[in-house]
This record gives sequence, structure tokens and C-alpha cells, in this order.
Amino acid sequence: MSALPPIPRTSVLRRARMHPAEPLWWGAALAAFFLFPDYLSFGTSVLIMAMLALSLGLVLGFAGVVTLGHAVFFGVGAYTAALLAIGGWTEPVTGALLGGLAATAVALATGPLLLRLHGLPLVLATLALGVVFYEAANKAGWITGGDDGLFGMELAPLLGRYEWTIFGHTQYLYALAWLFAAVVLVRRILASPFGLALEGIRENAPRMRLIGAPVLGQLVVAYAISGFLAGVAGALSAQTTAFVGLQVFALETSVDALLMLVLGGIGSVYGGLVGAPLYMSVKYFTQQWDPHLWKLFVAALLILATLIARGGLVGLLGRLWRRR
Amino acid sequence: MNVPAALRIAGLRKSFGGLVVTDDVSLDIAPGARHALIGPNGAGKTTLVGLLSGVLRPDAGRVLLEGRDVTTLSPGRRARLGLVRSFQVTSLFANLTLLENLLLAVNQRHHAAFALFGRLAARADLIAAAEAILERLRLAELRHQRVAELAYGQQRLVEIGIALALEPRVLLLDEPAAGIPGAEVPLLLEAIASLPDDLALVIIEHDMQVVRQVASLVTVLVQGRVLMTGTPAAVMTSPEVQAVYLGRTGARRFAAEGLHA
Repeated sequence: MSALPPIPRTSVLRRARMHPAEPLWWGAALAAFFLFPDYLSFGTSVLIMAMLALSLGLVLGFAGVVTLGHAVFFGVGAYTAALLAIGGWTEPVTGALLGGLAATAVALATGPLLLRLHGLPLVLATLALGVVFYEAANKAGWITGGDDGLFGMELAPLLGRYEWTIFGHTQYLYALAWLFAAVVLVRRILASPFGLALEGIRENAPRMRLIGAPVLGQLVVAYAISGFLAGVAGALSAQTTAFVGLQVFALETSVDALLMLVLGGIGSVYGGLVGAPLYMSVKYFTQQWDPHLWKLFVAALLILATLIARGGLVGLLGRLWRRR
Repeated sequence: MNVPAALRIAGLRKSFGGLVVTDDVSLDIAPGARHALIGPNGAGKTTLVGLLSGVLRPDAGRVLLEGRDVTTLSPGRRARLGLVRSFQVTSLFANLTLLENLLLAVNQRHHAAFALFGRLAARADLIAAAEAILERLRLAELRHQRVAELAYGQQRLVEIGIALALEPRVLLLDEPAAGIPGAEVPLLLEAIASLPDDLALVIIEHDMQVVRQVASLVTVLVQGRVLMTGTPAAVMTSPEVQAVYLGRTGARRFAAEGLHA
């Protein structure tokens, strides 16, 4: 019998296996903890945005749901966690989980309507929803603090043992642990029959309906899981900075997550994880260099990514890896 | 009462504007039938398949699947109940592999639509079911190729494979041989011959060779109406049918040549 072609690396049938390059990412994240003690709060925000990008990548890269409204989940999670902490619920892990569940509730309420749309109408509808939430949070100052935001929240020590330090050691490792759990969850889902169904919807939704697949239901479930992860990311942002402002609901938050995915690679689990540090570092350091011209750099990077690195940095690295 | 028809078509009527495309069509398809629908261009064959599969809604009449009225059900509901169609123009999942294309249908059939956590790679039952169909269509060696990279004829076979993976009770094949190179038509015929005996097959086909080999009954549609139903031999020798296909004079010449041959 002739040799069969190998299963493509991107296939659902191989997704549960670990790629040899993956431990490198986690090793680098741990190394950064020791090498850059002065940048831990920046590093924590990178990990949180990586988690938001990961959650967006689940629906965008695999189910083909193009949305500009992920900030809604991020913001709902952030305000929920902040309000819980202020209200006396100071245990952080359950606080983050509840933030994620609040975002899931929003996803379950809006998904069945939004996900009947696709393409540009969906982009516009999610964009509009984001604006609604931003303005609602702005107007409801008695609960959200309005323009001033919410601050002054105190969290109990993590697992009852690790104090939250002003240097951000606990915060960084806390966010890293959540991100790791999120990657494990997303991978598991993408390696499942359900994960393949999402790809079927991305490739040809009408045909999926014709073979009898409950397309809307499957999309809503994926949207709810994605919303949960984005909500947890928002909750982490509130918990680790002890502050929430309207910015969490801003369009910029959704766009940032999208750009990170484009840079890192849409349709790859690690797209957001690779794109987030790249995008945020470029943004952070060029912003310090020039508060106006920095966008030029980011734009150039994006043009470069779309021209030479289709599939983002992960796609590029994958091609180099195979060419060795 | 004897067993209900696998598919009962009762008084179906459909018009687009003033044009009546399906005009009071009634047919019973028995369980296990091998039934071909033929007719000249514009006879309303594709519209009829659309009405049967649920893509179109009839103006009047009913469609019964194994005794159950499915006239107003969506195509997806009909597929879940066992009424499955393949498409004249291939509509596949281009960037997925052949095996993944079939697994989508197999998973759906095996109620794994919401199986979120089990690894698909570990579901030997699902993978075996998909690979069995690939074997039957002689496509097993291509299982890890992206479907977009396959030849068109092979894509046509995948189209049929997806329909088979849904394990239908009634299978509608809309011009399955269209676009398949001559050399691969025997594969198609083989696949059709190996269908389960109790599955009812309705096949729309231009290629009379295919019709002759597959069908035990043929229905001729002309201008939206059933002209006649009979065995392939009876239909092909019917002067009425020949007149429709060849025109009156052509039919006379055809019959005369047949005498000399």
C-alpha cells in the first residue's frame, strides 16, 4: 500500500497533540517574570489581552464569526468583578468566575439574535451593541462610577496565601495561570466533534444547515464560551489593576484584540498569545517614543503582516519550522 | 393498509409568477425503490427536487416521508428525519480534508453536534464510519487532502459521500453524474449499487446509460407534469417519450432506424 499523506497539522484530528514549540511560549512567559521584574504590571496586561484575543479567536478564527463587540464581555466581566470586590466578595478566583458567568449571560441573551447575521451586518450589529454598553455604563454612574470608574477594591489573598504585591508578582502569575487554563479549555473544544462543526460553519454554513446541523445553537454555544473567557479576562483586568474605567467597553478594546489576532494568526490557538505581546510591546514602546506617530508603526506592522505573513506570525513560524 | 410509501408526493404545485413549473405532480416512491426522474430541459426536475428537499415551498400539495407530513419542515429537519439530497453543483467544506468533510455529516448523524469535550481523534466509531464511506467511493487514499485540491469528479463523489454519511431513508441525487469524467462513472454506479436495499433512491439524471443501469422505474416529466411512469425499457420505447425528446419527425426516423438495426 502506498504511503498515505500525513494528517495536516491544522486538522482537528491533531489538535489535541502538543506542538514542540508550545512549551517555548510558556517558558518565555515564565522567563519574563524573572527577567523583567519592573514590567510585571505591563506583562500582566499583555497576558489579559492575550486571553481576550484567544476568546475572540475561538469564534472568529474557527466559527467565522466576525465581531467588533468583544469589549462588551470584557467590560461586563470587569465591572462584575469590581462590584463584587467592592461589595465584600473578595475571594478572587470565584470573583473572576462570576465575572465570566455574567458575560456568558450577556452572550446567551444577545447571541440568538446577533448570530442570525453574518459578515458586514454582524460587524455593524456587534459594533452598535458595544456602543450601547459603553453609553449605558457612562450614564449609569451610580453603579459604574461613570467617567471616574471604580477603584479602591480590596481582594483577599490568592488561595488564602499569596498577598497582592505592589510589584505585581502575584498578579502576573495569577493571570498566567488563568490563561493556561483557558488555552487548555479552548484546545479541548477545538479538538472535539463540536470544534469540527464550528469549522464546518465557517466554511459553508448553508450546507451545514442542509445536513441538519443546529447551526444557530452551535454558534450560540461557541459565543457563550468565548464570552465567558472574555469576561474572565475583563475580571482579571479589574482585579489585577484594582481599577475599572469606561475604557473596558471602548471600541479600541475590541479592535486591539482583533489586531492582535491578525498579527499572531487567525485560525490558530496561539494566534492571540503570540500577537498580544508583539502588538502591545510595539504600542507601548512607540507610544513612549512619540504619543502621536506611534500609530504609523502599528500600521506598518499590520501591512507587513498581511502582505508577507499570511496566517500571521504563527503561520510564518510554522512555515519556517517545517522548512528546517 | 400496507407499508406507507417511503416518499409520497401528493398534488404538488409550484409556480413562479405566471409560470407553472410543477403542475399537480403525484408520485409514490416505495421503500427500496430505484426511481429515476427524467425530462427535457425546463421540465421542472430541479424545482421538484427543491420542493422535496424543502429548499422551496409548494403552492399546494403535500410531501410525506414514511407517512409523516414534512411539507412545511426546513431542509435541515428533513435531513434529520432521513430525507437527504445531494447537489447538482458541489457545495463542500473546501478548506477541510476529505475525511473531515465526511466526519461533519457522520457526527451530525451520530448526535455529536454538541459533543464539546471528547477528542474527535479518539472517537474510533465516528472515524470508522467516515472511512467506510471513503473506502466505498475509493477515495480512502485521499482522506487527508483538502477537498479544494481534489479533481472536480472526485468532489462530486464527496458530495454523494456526505449524503450517504447521513444514512438517509430517502436519497435524492440531483444529476450525480454531471461533471464526473467517463472513467469515474463506474465508481459512481458502484456506489449507488451498494446502497442499502431498504433505502429509497430518487435520481435525476440526463445520462440515459446511468438511468438504465440504476433505475427500476422511470418517471418522465414534461412541462411540470408527469407524462408517464414505467420501466426504463417501457419508457424508452414509448412513442410519446420519444416525441418529447426528439420531436415527431425525429421520433419516426429513430423508430425506422431501430427497425433496420
